[in-house]
Amino acid sequence: MENTILKITENRKLAKDVFLMRLAGRLSETPRPGQFINIKLPEFYLRRPISVCDASEGTLTVIYKTVGRGTGLLSGLAPGEELDVLCGLGNGYDLDAAGSAPVLLGGGVGVPPMYYLARKLIARCVKVQVILGFNTAEEVFFEEEFRALGAEVTVTTVDGSYGTKGFVTDALPEDYTYFYTCGPGPMLKAVYAGTVTSGEFSFEERMGCGFGACMGCSCKTITGYKRICKDGPVLKKEEILWQA
Amino acid sequence: MAGITTELCGIQLDNPVIPASGTFGYGYEFAEWYDINILGTFSCKGTTLSERFGNPTPRIAEGNCGMLNAVGLQNPGVEKVISRELPRLREIYHKKIIANVSGFSIDEYTQTCEKMDRQDIVGWIEVNISCPNVHGGGMSFGTDAKMAAEVTRAVKAVTTKPVIMKLSPNVTDIKAIAAACEEAGADGISLINTLMGMRIDLKTGRPVIANITGGYSGPAIFPVALRMVCDVAHTVKIPVVGMGGVSTADDVIEMMLAGACAVQVGAANLIDPYACKKIIEDLPVAMEKYGIKELKEIIGTVKL
Repeated sequence: MENTILKITENRKLAKDVFLMRLAGRLSETPRPGQFINIKLPEFYLRRPISVCDASEGTLTVIYKTVGRGTGLLSGLAPGEELDVLCGLGNGYDLDAAGSAPVLLGGGVGVPPMYYLARKLIARCVKVQVILGFNTAEEVFFEEEFRALGAEVTVTTVDGSYGTKGFVTDALPEDYTYFYTCGPGPMLKAVYAGTVTSGEFSFEERMGCGFGACMGCSCKTITGYKRICKDGPVLKKEEILWQA
Repeated sequence: MAGITTELCGIQLDNPVIPASGTFGYGYEFAEWYDINILGTFSCKGTTLSERFGNPTPRIAEGNCGMLNAVGLQNPGVEKVISRELPRLREIYHKKIIANVSGFSIDEYTQTCEKMDRQDIVGWIEVNISCPNVHGGGMSFGTDAKMAAEVTRAVKAVTTKPVIMKLSPNVTDIKAIAAACEEAGADGISLINTLMGMRIDLKTGRPVIANITGGYSGPAIFPVALRMVCDVAHTVKIPVVGMGGVSTADDVIEMMLAGACAVQVGAANLIDPYACKKIIEDLPVAMEKYGIKELKEIIGTVKL
């Protein structure tokens, strides 16, 4: 974890309500796949937690959806502007658990963390299958970027306007050794029910601090109470307790 | 740095800066950011007799210059705090802490306070009679002078360490509650806990927070807190700990002028993990700006 000032080097629209931002600056530790950053925005009190889409020494990429005034303001910031960021938050995915052919399932803004994970897994010579789920064609992003990494990519849309019609679970391959997923709640539940191997889920919750202090984002698990921001956001399939 | 020392109920503090309960866990989360031994002391996460998960999520919402929370006193319960949290804390923290205690009956308050009182690392007991986010306890004890006095007397009877009663701002006359606590034997008063509030999600028409209401904190409440600290400090003779939206060294000085002998910092810790460290480092600079040589000499010297 660290608190650093990063400069925006790129901030552009990727798809409907979805933006990509690249940041550069002093980073003493490069965040791992599945971790997130917490951005201080001018005029807003709480920081905005956003998952890391890619990272290398001194640079970070995040992809975010404009859902309210805060992310709306973020989308209007120009390259050259600086942001106060808490970096390297959360536990991240366990890459060692992947096996030889894991499947990665990302839905909507749950797609970005899958990119960094896919890149790191492919660097380990793991065969990566990726399923990207969206509601409709105009929301689709990053399909080519995943292909360029060398991943086997399937895109699903709920309305069938692009790729395979249906949900990410409708495109699950027959064989996979493990799964990693991130996306909206109903999708995560479907992945939980539809997968046959062990795997990892990344969860989202409204957060106060993002580093384990306020207990704002707690959840119940089989192994006890966990803070999404500190003990998560990644939880293993075996420890998840779905709340009614 | 001699000029920034102060005293809380007879115990010397290196400085008046105290992270507030519920914003600092049991300390070690912040030890990952800086050496927490620089703090005056800190108030640990509110502890109850039994383990509590607290309220359903979402527990957090935002407002202008502040935040709402309805955590609902999530904590592992006093036994686990003593067996698990405090030993871990002792390894990294070498001063006394303030044990913040909450309850749902007088009996729960006394049992938990008695257990915490016996811990060597505990210097003070802070009794939370002001949590707005639990039902059937917490704030209901702090909104009635008789009940507040009753809790104070019961806790005082089973403890040996200074007892600080933490008051709610969600009352008509906070001075009467403070006076009742003093009369019942309290050694100090801390205020204010959060102000009750709510937000509605305009897209769904539902409250943002699952608990419907939450406690509002952050810089937005600072003037309200300052007024109440000033009122209470001019009502009681026992030490007063000021809190509510404190974010800067200037805020600390303002609270002390109003009558606080020490100052708690809450929400600011959640936005900037270095908030208390920065405030402590900024204090001598701010004091020089206002011509203050000894911080403890300005306590309650506001010219009314």
